[in-house]
Amino acid sequence: MEYERKFKIGKPILEVNNISLSFGGVKAITDTSFNVLEHEVRAIIGPNGAGKSSMLNCINGIYKPQQGTVSFKGKQIPDITPNIMAQMGLSRTFQNLALFKRMSVLDNILVGRKLHTKTNFLEVALQLPKVKKEEKQNRDRSEEIISFLEIEDIKDTPVGKLPYGLQKKVELGRALATDSTIILLDEPMAGMNVEEKRDMCRFILKVNDELGTTMVLIEHDMGVVMDISDRVVVLDYGKVIGDGTPDEIMANQKVIDAYLGVEH
Amino acid sequence: MKPVFMTYTKKDLINLAVCMVLSVLVIPTFITTEYWYTSILIPWLCLALATIGQQVVMGYTGQLALGAAGFMAAGAFAMFNLILRVPDLGFVGSLIVSGLIAAAFGILFGLPSLKVRGIYLMVATLASQFFIIWMIDKFGWFKNYDSSGIITAQDIVILGKPFTTPLAMYFVCLAVTTVLTLLAMNMARGSTGRNWMAVRDMDIAAESMGVSLLKTKVQAFAISAFYCGVAGALFAFCYLKSLEPVAFDIKLSFKILFMCILGGLGTINGAFIGAAFILLFPVLLNAVGNNVFHGAIDATIISSIEQVIFGGLMIIFMIYEPLGMAKLWENIKQKMSLKFQSSNVKDLKSSLSKKS
Repeated sequence: MEYERKFKIGKPILEVNNISLSFGGVKAITDTSFNVLEHEVRAIIGPNGAGKSSMLNCINGIYKPQQGTVSFKGKQIPDITPNIMAQMGLSRTFQNLALFKRMSVLDNILVGRKLHTKTNFLEVALQLPKVKKEEKQNRDRSEEIISFLEIEDIKDTPVGKLPYGLQKKVELGRALATDSTIILLDEPMAGMNVEEKRDMCRFILKVNDELGTTMVLIEHDMGVVMDISDRVVVLDYGKVIGDGTPDEIMANQKVIDAYLGVEH
Repeated sequence: MKPVFMTYTKKDLINLAVCMVLSVLVIPTFITTEYWYTSILIPWLCLALATIGQQVVMGYTGQLALGAAGFMAAGAFAMFNLILRVPDLGFVGSLIVSGLIAAAFGILFGLPSLKVRGIYLMVATLASQFFIIWMIDKFGWFKNYDSSGIITAQDIVILGKPFTTPLAMYFVCLAVTTVLTLLAMNMARGSTGRNWMAVRDMDIAAESMGVSLLKTKVQAFAISAFYCGVAGALFAFCYLKSLEPVAFDIKLSFKILFMCILGGLGTINGAFIGAAFILLFPVLLNAVGNNVFHGAIDATIISSIEQVIFGGLMIIFMIYEPLGMAKLWENIKQKMSLKFQSSNVKDLKSSLSKKS
């Protein structure tokens, strides 16, 4: 990727320090540390059950790790909740889709504008001029995202009726609508065909390139990961076994062993 | 469709105009029997309003709550005490404050929704039903130490003018219901409603988008209780014309729940359709029963048969149209327009074939 980036990769924006998470006696993550740099595309890979999704859930505050800390934008966050992280500028998508199924595509994306909505329910009930102004701004931004993702034709369809690939796109749209500085993508291309995957890669790179949004993604397709990411961290059995550029990872013996198995 | 005024589309405004002409001009001109106002229209409006409250918390926010009648009782007795003790507030002022008092109870009894969900929340919210009724019964102050158990509601006086005839009371209910319905529509279609529905459909994702579960759920409970409180006050003052805690028992809560489900969860017009169905259907069955089997069958048997038919219909309805009557109405409209379109196509085809 030898092109001039509009947003140069900068200092660490997200730091995960010595995170350990267990469910009862099962250890999902053990003493894991890595960081994410500003404006980079960072991939987390690893075999099934390596603790990748659990990692994202710890960063986002859905799980509370027993040990370790998460620092975001240089601040260590003591009591992480999804809400606090959203307010600080971290958005995400989910592995098994967590869309608002009965709402339209546009409404789903509009919910992503929640943090840019300051009016309260009374003002909404009375439809004061400032509510109309704010609603128009939010709608315009949502429409922008919808045309960016090329899903104009389905914007009024209830999300539950859409095929899987499109739902994944809508979920990305909803995360984009928050105008967050960092977006966590949990398997954004799972279950997609080659063409859809290529589209999704294009969108991820375009967002990163045009808006400078830092992207953290979990992905199984090695080709995709090596193509689009700046740096890769490899988890296996809840531990970091490799961390570096795609080339470094591909040459890492531990990673090769974890993926291909090793003779004992 | 683009909204023309506030959040209403052109179609909404036309519907509103039709409803207003019907309810303000047609009904008062053609219906002169008091029975229609005192026993059908007034309770229908009051219960539809309470059902909108139930819709907010259950249909839009997805919180299974069962205690609407408790909040109605809170509103009704708050109204009685406000008119009695703070006469300066006036009828409209008292009505708003009663709603706010009910909303305070709504916040209190909505708090469990943060920890429990589904059927368990339903049981937890039952507490409001029993607690509020118990409180009113236990402390004589709420009933102004009336020993008879049934208190007569004060006359409605707005700006010095008495509203005591059935027609005048109907207009009071109509005005309040119309205003609150329009406000509810604004909320449901605006960012407030989107937050509610986001919490209903996927709470974890909503939270990750910055929607606070605590705030949204408590807000929904408060707004719901406000609507129920105002509805309860109108129910007591315009329909029952008396205040007794027994009138707001759990049966009424269930009735409102059924109106909400049968009308169609997550719809405002469903509240009116559901309330009309539950309220009018027994009346209709009764009329049919009395006229068809005139004297041939014992009246008690007829009333039992009514219950059986009513229950059966509800089950059938829920199986074939679980999304409620609002959805059914939508489907009928859609089919009509499709039929219209296809007949147009046929005309076109036949005219084309004639030409060739």
